[in-house]
Amino acid sequence: MAQPADFTEEQLPDGGTALRFSGALAIARLGDLDERLRAVSANVTQVDISQIDHIDTIGAWLVHRTARDHGAEITGADSDAQRLIAAIEGADDVATAPAKGSPALFVLHELGAAVISTARTFVEFIAFIGQCVKGALNLILHPGRLRFHAIVQHFDTVGVRALGIIGLMSFLIGIVIAQQGAVQLRQFGAEVWTVNLIGRLTMRELGVLMTAIMVAGRSGSAFAAQIGTMKITEEVDAMRTIGVVPVEALVLPRIIATVIMMPLLGLYASLVAIIGGGLFCWLTLDIPPATFVQRIREVTPLTDFYVGMVKAPVFGAIIALAGCFQGMRVHGNSEEVGRKTTAAVVQAIFLVIVLDAFFAVFFTEIGWD
Amino acid sequence: MAEQESVISVRGLRTAFGAQVIHDNLDLDVRKGEILGVVGGSGTGKSVLMRAIIGLQEPEAGEVSVFGTPMRGREEDEAFEVRRRWGVMFQGGALFSTLTVAENVQVPLREFYPQIDNQLLDEIARFKIHLSGLPPEAAYKYPSELSGGMKKRAGLARALAMDPELLFLDEPTAGLDPIGASMFDELTRNLQETLGLTVFLITHDLDTLYAICDRVAVIADKKVIAVGKIDELLATDHPWIHDYFTGPRGRAARLGHERQNG
Repeated sequence: MAQPADFTEEQLPDGGTALRFSGALAIARLGDLDERLRAVSANVTQVDISQIDHIDTIGAWLVHRTARDHGAEITGADSDAQRLIAAIEGADDVATAPAKGSPALFVLHELGAAVISTARTFVEFIAFIGQCVKGALNLILHPGRLRFHAIVQHFDTVGVRALGIIGLMSFLIGIVIAQQGAVQLRQFGAEVWTVNLIGRLTMRELGVLMTAIMVAGRSGSAFAAQIGTMKITEEVDAMRTIGVVPVEALVLPRIIATVIMMPLLGLYASLVAIIGGGLFCWLTLDIPPATFVQRIREVTPLTDFYVGMVKAPVFGAIIALAGCFQGMRVHGNSEEVGRKTTAAVVQAIFLVIVLDAFFAVFFTEIGWD
Repeated sequence: MAEQESVISVRGLRTAFGAQVIHDNLDLDVRKGEILGVVGGSGTGKSVLMRAIIGLQEPEAGEVSVFGTPMRGREEDEAFEVRRRWGVMFQGGALFSTLTVAENVQVPLREFYPQIDNQLLDEIARFKIHLSGLPPEAAYKYPSELSGGMKKRAGLARALAMDPELLFLDEPTAGLDPIGASMFDELTRNLQETLGLTVFLITHDLDTLYAICDRVAVIADKKVIAVGKIDELLATDHPWIHDYFTGPRGRAARLGHERQNG
C-alpha cells in the first residue's frame, strides 16, 4: 500500500527552504498534513513533488495552496500533477461568506423580521380569505363549477375516516369528565350533578373543541402538505396556465367539506362523550342508563346544542382556511412543506381557541347560558 | 486497443417492475478510463440500468460487479469501499435542499473522513465548485436559489467531492442551453482526462455522444444490442440504431462534429 503523505523541509543554498513531499498525496492518506503545512513558518521558495507516488485533487490543492501562500515555485510535477494543479488554480478567488453581525444586532434583526413576517402573514391571510369569499361568490353565480366529486372525496377523508379516532378520543374524555367531576362533587354530596357536568360540558364546549383540534391535526395538516407539495411540483402553476383557478379547484372543496363535516363530527363527538360518561355513571355511581338519559334531557338546554352547532362550522372554516393558506404559501424546497404544515396546525388550533373564547362571551351575553 | 480492465461488469441482468420486464439478460462492460455513452429510446431503462449498477434497484437476476466487487444484495451500509470510489450525478441534481452548495459538496467528505477540519473542507468545497464550473459565490446559495443548469453543476461538484474513479452521469446536458451543454461536455472531457475518470454517461444528446464518448452502448429490446464507436454502430443493421444516428438530428450532430474536427 502507498506511503502516507509526508514532507520534509530542506535548506537551500540561496537562503530559501524547499518542501519535499513524498508518499501518496491523496485524501485517504493525508493524516495531519494539512495542519503541519499551515504551521510551516520557513521562507519556502520551492515545493518539490517529484518524490510522490500519487496525487489527487485534494493533494493538488494542498500543494497549490502552500506554494501560493509562500510565493514558492512548484517543481517536479509530472504531467498528471500539472494538469490537476492547473485545473484547481482558478479556485483562489474567495467568495466571502455572508457577514455575521454582532449577536445583539442579530437578535434585534430576528425579532424585527419575525414581527414583519407575522404582520405580513396576517395581511396575506386576510387577502386569502377575500380570495376564498370571491371564489365562493363566483360559485354561487355559476353553480355548475362546483367540484362535487372533490367535495365528496374530502367528506370521506375529513369526516368518515376520522370517525374512529374522534370517537375513541371523545369516549375517553367523557369518562375522564365523569370520573374527575364525581370525585370533586362527592365532597359536597352532589354526585348526581355529574350528569349536568357531562351533558353541558360536552355539548357546549368539549365535543366541538376537541373535534376541532383533532381535525386541525388530521386534515388541516394534510391540506397544507397536499397543496404545498403541489406548489413545489408546479402543479398549481400548471392549473393556472390551463385556466383552472386553484382557489376554486383546491381550496373551496376542502373548505366546504370541512365546514359541513365539522358540525356532524362535533355532534358525534359530544354524543360519544355522553355515552362514555353515562357508562362511568352506571358502573361507579349506580345511575342506571334510563335515569341518566332522562337527567341529561332535563339538565342540558337545547341552547347548548345550538352553541356547539354554531361554533363547529366556523371552526371548520378556520381550520381549512389555515391549512390551505399555509399550503399555498409554500415555495422553494421540501423543508418548507414541513414548516408550513406545522404552521397550519398551530395557526388553526390557536385561532380555534381564540374564537372559542369570543363565542363563550358572546353566547353568555345573549343569554344562552 | 488491447483488452482492458472493466470497471463495471454486468452479466445476465434482469430487472422488472412487477410484470413489466425492463431488462432481460443484459450484458455490459465499462472499461477503465473510458467515457461510455448509454443511449436508448425513452422507457428502455437507461436510468434503471444505472440504478441497478449503483444498487438502488434490486435486479431479479444476473450479476453486477463494480471494481471487481459483486454488488447484488448489498445493503446500504455495505460496500463502502466501492461507494467511496464512485460519484453519482442525478438528473435533477438531487441536492440536499436544506444545505448550501458548499455543504452539499462536503457531505460525502464528512461522512468518510470526519477528521478533516472545517477550514480544509471549505477549501475543498471551493475548488470542487470551481472545477464543476460554478462561480465562487454559488457556494453559499441554497439549491432553491439555483437555476436548473447550476443545480446540475452543483450535483457534479458533489459527485466529484471524493475524487471518484468512476462517475455516473444521468442526462447531464438535458435541459441545458446549447452553450451550457457543450460547456458541460467539455467539462466532463477535461475532468475525465485530468482525473483519469471512468464515466458512465446516460444521454439523449447526440452532440455529446459525438463530442466526448469513447464508446456508445445502445439499449433496445431489453438488452444492450450494440457497444462500440459510433462508426462501428452504424455498421450494424439494427433499424433503431440507424434511425437514431441517421435521422435529421443525428446527421446534424455528425456534420457539426466533422466540421469541428476539420
